[in-house]
Amino acid sequence: MAYIDIEDVDLVYRNSAGHEAADGTLALQNTSLKMERGEFVALVGPSGCGKSTLLKIISGLIRANKGKVSVGGEPVTKPLKIVGMAFQNASLLPWRSTRENVLLPLEIVEPHRQKFRSEKAKYEAMANELLATVGLEGFGDRAPWQLSGGMQQRAQLCRALVHEPDLLLLDEPFGALDAFTREELWDVLQMLYLKRKCTVILVTHDLREAVYLADTVYVMSARPGRVIMDRKIDLPRTRKLDDLYSRDIADLIQDLRHHINVAKSDP
Amino acid sequence: MKSKWLEIASPWLLTLVLILLWEAVVNIFGISRIIMPSASESFYAIYEYRVGLLQSALTTLYATLLGFGAAVVIGVLIGIAIGLWRPVYVACYPLMVAFNAIPKVVIVPIFVLWIGPGLQTASLTAFVLCFFPIVVNMAVGLATIEPELKDVLRALGAKERDIVIKVGIPRSLPYLFASLKIAITLAFVGAVIAETVAGSDGVGNLMLIASSNFNTPLMFAGIIVIAAMATAMYGIFAILDKRFTGWATRGAMNVATAGG
Ligand SMILES: Nc1ncnc2c1ncn2[C@@H]1O[C@H](COP(=O)(O)OP(=O)(O)OP(=O)(O)O)[C@@H](O)[C@H]1O
Ligand SMILES: [Mg+2]
Repeated sequence: MAYIDIEDVDLVYRNSAGHEAADGTLALQNTSLKMERGEFVALVGPSGCGKSTLLKIISGLIRANKGKVSVGGEPVTKPLKIVGMAFQNASLLPWRSTRENVLLPLEIVEPHRQKFRSEKAKYEAMANELLATVGLEGFGDRAPWQLSGGMQQRAQLCRALVHEPDLLLLDEPFGALDAFTREELWDVLQMLYLKRKCTVILVTHDLREAVYLADTVYVMSARPGRVIMDRKIDLPRTRKLDDLYSRDIADLIQDLRHHINVAKSDP
Repeated sequence: MKSKWLEIASPWLLTLVLILLWEAVVNIFGISRIIMPSASESFYAIYEYRVGLLQSALTTLYATLLGFGAAVVIGVLIGIAIGLWRPVYVACYPLMVAFNAIPKVVIVPIFVLWIGPGLQTASLTAFVLCFFPIVVNMAVGLATIEPELKDVLRALGAKERDIVIKVGIPRSLPYLFASLKIAITLAFVGAVIAETVAGSDGVGNLMLIASSNFNTPLMFAGIIVIAAMATAMYGIFAILDKRFTGWATRGAMNVATAGG
């Protein structure tokens, strides 16, 4: 059985009275998706098609109106607790140091929550090590607003991973970064993925990003969103940024782009 | 370094200049001291009536702090309730806005009718005047938690209570402190208004008596004392604010203060 199994899911956002259609916004319709444990999936699609919504459904933050959602064989009925999340906006807490921000999940998730005070030193060492792996060695004591945008995203990745989640959900985490920083962070993410072997869903607008990082790219239709095609990316890991400019990958991206355009115009 | 020093000194210098200007204008135009005493006469009145003024000032300060303290406790609690539960917000907000719009002078006599003149009425008026900005600012900090951050925490299995403690309260502190600076000065205004309208003691009452005796220098002395006390309290809260929420002025958060 697939690790993540989404079958025929509908999601309607109920609009508060007085807003546009009183019957709500249909964000997802008959959406299905299957993922294996340890797979790296990229989700692309037009803006507003329901990608963020799908992530929220998988993590149990919102319930689907129709259809089946299960993760690890269990139906999702409430927030999952094994999930790490990161967003386009780093949303680090400005009153905490960068290290304390990274440690935040451990103050909430069991069993760390109980041990957090008594084993603080151990956890801090762990956070320092994690920060070092993403290139933030020595920045733990800085306030988040003293970090650049790219550094804040690195810290956010650490926060998403510190409690060793089984499932990492990333919603356009590199969307606001410049091209060079973004490519650097692709490698950081790939390195973390290979190290942790967790399951990753990455929502992105960038086809190159999707192809470079993912094992499978899923394409969604315009709203109401549904998965209209998937594409296996059979490139060996560790992938190298230089390869991105090779003929093969350029063709792959071109081909994917073509398919998306066809799919878009022919729903 | 020199410009920093100047920055610290500038409010004192300006105050000094204005006092000198006041002294000069009154003397040059020969204004009657019944209409407007000079600065030196007013400061001399402070010295002359120091015993009565000190006692009145302490009474006013006591009433102010009593009302202010109650407003902080109750205001923070109601602010939390309003910030966290939309139904409470919807129910309370219009009422609070309406109540806040009532000129407080007109309700002082009602308070007197209920609880008698003096300390009770002065602190209650102080409370009523400074309560609103505290509630609003506490609520704003809690109601504007970034939805992404909530998602991050909820996806870890955080309870609503965790989110409030880890994020909501710390994040609303800058708003709260900003409101306290304003609230403490409003509390003084409230206490003095009540003392003037219906007091049996305090600086406001002292000024009422001074006015009926045409003792204008004493009235000015009272004004100076009140202003000095309010400014000192403001200063204390400004220092606390800087100590505890310095991150907010440098971080991404913009703290806007709703006044009352
Ligand atoms: N909380 C909400 N209440 C009502 N409607 C919502 C809400 N969140 C999203 N929607 C609607 O649902 C649809 C899908 O939104 P979603 O955020 O999932 O899109 P998205 O694919 O992530 O878009 P983008 O690429 O721009 O981030 C949109 O039309 C949006 O207007
Ligand atoms: Mg989105």
